[in-house]
Amino acid sequence: MAPRAAGRRHPRVLLRRWGRTLVGLPPYAWLMLFFLVPFLIVLKISFSETQAAVPPFVPLVSWAEDAVLQIRLNFGNYRYLITDELYVDAYLNSLKIAGVSTLFCLLIGYPMAYAIARAPRTLRNPLLMLVVLPFWTSFLIRVYAWMGILKNEGLLNTFLLWSGLIDQPLQMLETDFAVYVGIIYSYLPFMVLPLYATLEKMDLSLLEAAADLGCRPFRAFLRVTLPLSVPGMIAGSMLVFIPAVGEFVIPDLLGGPDTLMIGKVLWSEFFDNRDWPVASAVAVAMLILLVAPIMIFQHYQNKSAEAENR
Amino acid sequence: MKNRALALYTALGLGYAFLYLPIVLLVIYSFNASRLVTVWGGFSIKWYGELLNDEKILDAAWLSLKVAVINATISTFLGTLAAVVLVRFRRFTGRTLFTGMITAPLVMPEIITGLAMLLLFVSMELAFGWPDGRSVTTIVIAHVTFSLSFVTVVVQSRLAQMDISLEEAAMDLGARPVKVFLVITLPIIAPALLAGWLLSFTLSIDDVVISSFVTGPGSTTLPIVIFSKVRLGVSPEINALASIVVAIVSVGILVFGILMQRQEADRLRSERTAADQG
Repeated sequence: MAPRAAGRRHPRVLLRRWGRTLVGLPPYAWLMLFFLVPFLIVLKISFSETQAAVPPFVPLVSWAEDAVLQIRLNFGNYRYLITDELYVDAYLNSLKIAGVSTLFCLLIGYPMAYAIARAPRTLRNPLLMLVVLPFWTSFLIRVYAWMGILKNEGLLNTFLLWSGLIDQPLQMLETDFAVYVGIIYSYLPFMVLPLYATLEKMDLSLLEAAADLGCRPFRAFLRVTLPLSVPGMIAGSMLVFIPAVGEFVIPDLLGGPDTLMIGKVLWSEFFDNRDWPVASAVAVAMLILLVAPIMIFQHYQNKSAEAENR
Repeated sequence: MKNRALALYTALGLGYAFLYLPIVLLVIYSFNASRLVTVWGGFSIKWYGELLNDEKILDAAWLSLKVAVINATISTFLGTLAAVVLVRFRRFTGRTLFTGMITAPLVMPEIITGLAMLLLFVSMELAFGWPDGRSVTTIVIAHVTFSLSFVTVVVQSRLAQMDISLEEAAMDLGARPVKVFLVITLPIIAPALLAGWLLSFTLSIDDVVISSFVTGPGSTTLPIVIFSKVRLGVSPEINALASIVVAIVSVGILVFGILMQRQEADRLRSERTAADQG
């Protein structure tokens, strides 16, 4: 592989071995302790039984009186997840809402990324900044802004009534529609950024070649640009889809009581029912669902990092 | 051709309208005198005045600011080290695990991270008696854990673009690795460090889900206060608060954006000269 060969030009010993360890250890140790270990604990507690105490779960591993290590594995929480329709529906509905929102982000984000990538060079950065700027203002506040727009006596209904398009206020807040709007709105920048990155890097002479060979612009777009931007489409879609599946704030603020999303279910298991083992099982099940998308995302993330390293 | 460009810019314009209209409307209505949030009752700044007298919100804002600054500083330190590891140390044991632990937090649903962090703290308390309850410390630890990945990604890309021969030259002249890093590398990647610091600051000051899990009595951050108020419905004080946040962020980002723009222009220029020379 070419990047490897280039890598050899590195100074052979940048830091001595102990120096390297010293540099690598703090972040490595931090992530092991505070990112990896917590997931193992979640896994562990998902197999534990609920008890009305502090903390509200039975320890999985305990020393019985005769000093024999006891391990109680309890699959009850998982059986509960599969048999109770609420959870299955919540999972399926989360996947649906996240999937449809991702599709819409792609449909809205692609033309935006394309327009920015083909804008005059000096305009590109400011235009991109404009996409990123809302992301820097508070996520909570941006979701909140939609509450004022979508409620029954809100701005959108007022406008529609005034224009005569409707004569009854539409129920928009506390519906799935509002959840879709909220997710698309909040995650759009995450779609535009990776799309822009791939479209901007594209070699435009390919399009010239296609045109020279008599290919119409639209056909050239379909046969050249679109396939080349697939990595950006996938990276962007994962950046939207994965967090959207577990989204809690948006369905809680914009959705109604019957908006079923798994993030909301986990939250209420944890905070309202104080059932930590079931909440953990919900989290583990969600992670299992997301393993494949996360792996795909990592693959593309590493590839683009390697491309930069060249 | 003309039509296509027109369609493209229309799409872009509509996209921007979609992104900005809600925020603009929010700011406009924060100056609404009427308590009924969506009925215009004349211009007024009284909600801003009420906000300034709300002790609870001011305390929470101050706490959030402190958490965000501490978090951003630790994250930038750890994230930069992680970026150096990923870019400069090509092969080491556990590299796959390491890159996995860096990229996973970027997309991990917050609710899972929050639950996992809390269960860790509870288990640690059971086992070692530390951390003693939930406090600012646990919030900072949780925030650093998810923000450090963002810093790593930002610094990593800057580090990868950097001209390695500058480091090599310094080494050939006898500089020790630590000195090379401090004198040569650090100034070059400084803009990325600043960007990473700001990014983790923003992530922290905006976080509600993870904070809700790991917070304890007496450590209520601003987003937690806002969230509990917002769940009850739209309120004019929150509109005012939101507008202040938007104003501060916009000014900060604008200044930073202009600085970065200049940096980028410099980089492009030097790249072009390098290309010209062959």
